[in-house]
Amino acid sequence: MYTEICNKYTPEKHNLIQILHEIQDTHPQHYISAEAVKTVADYLGIAENHIYGVLTFYTMYSTTPRGKNIIRLCESPPCYIKGSQNILRKLKSMLDVQTGETTQDGLFTLELSACLGVCGNAPVMMINDDMYGDLTDERVEEIIEKIRRGNQ
Amino acid sequence: MAKTVNIWIDGQHLEVPDSMTIIEAADKHGVYIPRLCYHPDLPPTANCGVCVVEIEGTPAPKRACCTPVNEGMKITTNSKKLRSYRKTLVEMILSNHDVTCPTCVANNKCELQILANNLGVDPESLPTILDRQPVDESSLSIIRDVNKCISCGRCITVCNEVQTVFAITMTDRGIGSHVDTPFGMGMANSPCVNCGQCTVYCPTGALRERGEIDLVWDAILDPDKHVIVQEAPSVRVSLGEDFGLPLGAVTPKKMYAALRKIGFDSVMDTNFTADLTILEEGTECVAKLKAGEKRPLITSCSPGWIKFMETYYPDLADCVSTAKSPMSMFGVLSKTYYAQENNIDPAKIVSVAIMPCTAKKFEARRPELRDSGFQDTDYVLTTRELIRMIKEAGIDFANLPEEEPDEGMSFYSGAGTIFGATGGVMEAAIRSAYFLVTGEELQHLDIEAVRGLQGVKEAAIEVPGFGEVRVAVAHGLSNARIVMDRVRESLATTGESPWHFIEIMACPGGCVGGGGQPYGNDIASRARRGLSLYEEDRSLPVRQSHKNPEVVKIYERFLGEPLSPLALKLLHTYYFKRSVSDGQVVEQVTEKHTAH
Ligand code: SF4
Ligand code: SF4
Ligand code: SF4
Ligand code: FES
Repeated sequence: MYTEICNKYTPEKHNLIQILHEIQDTHPQHYISAEAVKTVADYLGIAENHIYGVLTFYTMYSTTPRGKNIIRLCESPPCYIKGSQNILRKLKSMLDVQTGETTQDGLFTLELSACLGVCGNAPVMMINDDMYGDLTDERVEEIIEKIRRGNQ
Repeated sequence: MAKTVNIWIDGQHLEVPDSMTIIEAADKHGVYIPRLCYHPDLPPTANCGVCVVEIEGTPAPKRACCTPVNEGMKITTNSKKLRSYRKTLVEMILSNHDVTCPTCVANNKCELQILANNLGVDPESLPTILDRQPVDESSLSIIRDVNKCISCGRCITVCNEVQTVFAITMTDRGIGSHVDTPFGMGMANSPCVNCGQCTVYCPTGALRERGEIDLVWDAILDPDKHVIVQEAPSVRVSLGEDFGLPLGAVTPKKMYAALRKIGFDSVMDTNFTADLTILEEGTECVAKLKAGEKRPLITSCSPGWIKFMETYYPDLADCVSTAKSPMSMFGVLSKTYYAQENNIDPAKIVSVAIMPCTAKKFEARRPELRDSGFQDTDYVLTTRELIRMIKEAGIDFANLPEEEPDEGMSFYSGAGTIFGATGGVMEAAIRSAYFLVTGEELQHLDIEAVRGLQGVKEAAIEVPGFGEVRVAVAHGLSNARIVMDRVRESLATTGESPWHFIEIMACPGGCVGGGGQPYGNDIASRARRGLSLYEEDRSLPVRQSHKNPEVVKIYERFLGEPLSPLALKLLHTYYFKRSVSDGQVVEQVTEKHTAH
């Protein structure tokens, strides 16, 4: 599977970011495994430790299996000032996970993110590709419940 | 021609090449700019910010390690502002650091500790924000303690650029950034070859060898054990510096005396098996030359190199000499030949090796190196560990009266002692191979072309009755790559290696620059220690391995001749292919020979 993705790109080093993106996006658990890194390293002729460094440098990549829905709460100063810490606490207790962890049912992964660029609506979070702003405890509850229902 | 520029450092006018950075210009003229991540042997990582200086006409301070000099530059290296800036940086680092200086291996050598002290920082008064992480103790050679890491990045430069092993990387970013192996699998599950060059350049105690001192003390204090010790060539020129003797002081006889005081039952010498290695490897080489072999013979004494070869060049494993390293030859003989000659039960023998090397700890535990019926070498201590042991025992090394070693496996020639420097094994081998081919002694024993610190050295030696023998010497694994790539390519295209005989040592400078050598192990001190070995060589009565009387005796009384069935059984080995991902064995790729 990883080889097929690699083959779509020319074996040039500048394609690394694209390849990693596609690998993560198409993996059911939205992550990049050691096996994937090995395949990409072989294909591009880049050392595995270098790829791992790139993976961990960008917050958008994950090196551990993730849930079906990825929650990314903004941790930048504007959101912090508007109470993102309370939202984080709410999410943790609702989902019963710590930051970076995935729920028992595999439905959610809770992560923090650098600025999402909509500071006017702080505090904000993204779930998959959707943005949610002006968060309060109640709104968080609604959003999560809705997704849970959608999955039953 | 490099252009020069005029600069002023703290008012002092200097004319320096325009290719220099500010810190290089300052170092050259004896002005010390405080630093933490910069090391003169390595390209700057510019991570710490401690080297800031003020430049007239520039609003913000600049980092001296990565700012080039410019015509007319007026630089201030020391001002109230800079001092307070540096102090704040060091305070920030220490508040995120596991400060245990009195018991830390780096104590008194640690660049962070010294800097903090110079700047008047009191670690006790700082709040701690350290989020303690587990120490990586997976490796047989290297311990990695993230809690003492200051993220200077030197180890990464060394591992990736100097050694091209690609075991470690900087992960994450910002305050959470730290050094790690891919997927946090630990050093033992990475391609790390245990060379220890990262421990040598680490400014703190974050990277260090796996300590075995306590195990050795236990063996020494056990009345049932007969504890034998061997010391590698380069150790005798590196011990003195820590005890106030000049850098490179040649101290074999003080070394024997110190080891005897520590309590070893028998003090002999790895240099003896270095000579023995030459007879085995030299005979192998001569056989290949005579047979017109197109593939080269490559030396096998450096364990970092061997694991590197198994990982990155397993297709050329058949070219590597099957001879075990001098350490492992000593180990196996200590439990066979020595045990037999002295009527000692080998089960009671504990064989200890003092090595300039961290990779030897890995080598000693290779499961295939048990031809005595036991683990051939029980414990390996680095030069740094021996220094600690000498200090623990309260021995006044500098003033210790000289003593002779115990007989049997301790006599050595000049050829044996130069094993410790890059080019030394080659030179030693040529001295004996020439004799083995022609039956005559080489006229000029000093083979200058293979000495010195050039990364790859080449020479051609005229051997009567054979013709020209072409040799190459590489030290530091990035240089090994250059040579091995050429061999691989040349074998593929012409079917013939560019060289007949190749020496490779994993560490820049050879063993004198090994990963277990005393801190402050920079290129300049490696060069000095190397010269000392050549000086010792010139001063010795015997300078060729085949003339070593104890070597002659071991063949007469025990081994028969080089490459005899017994020699092949005890002194030769085989190799594996390893995974580039995690360094684990994939399959065995060469066989152990039983007949020559
Ligand atoms: S690494 Fe340096 S500062 Fe840290 S505990 Fe060790 S000696 Fe002290
Ligand atoms: S011991 Fe050598 S190979 Fe291993 S991490 Fe350090 S520099 Fe790299
Ligand atoms: S382990 Fe040592 S050399 Fe490597 S980044 Fe940390 S402090 Fe620097
Ligand atoms: S020494 Fe220049 S930034 Fe560290």
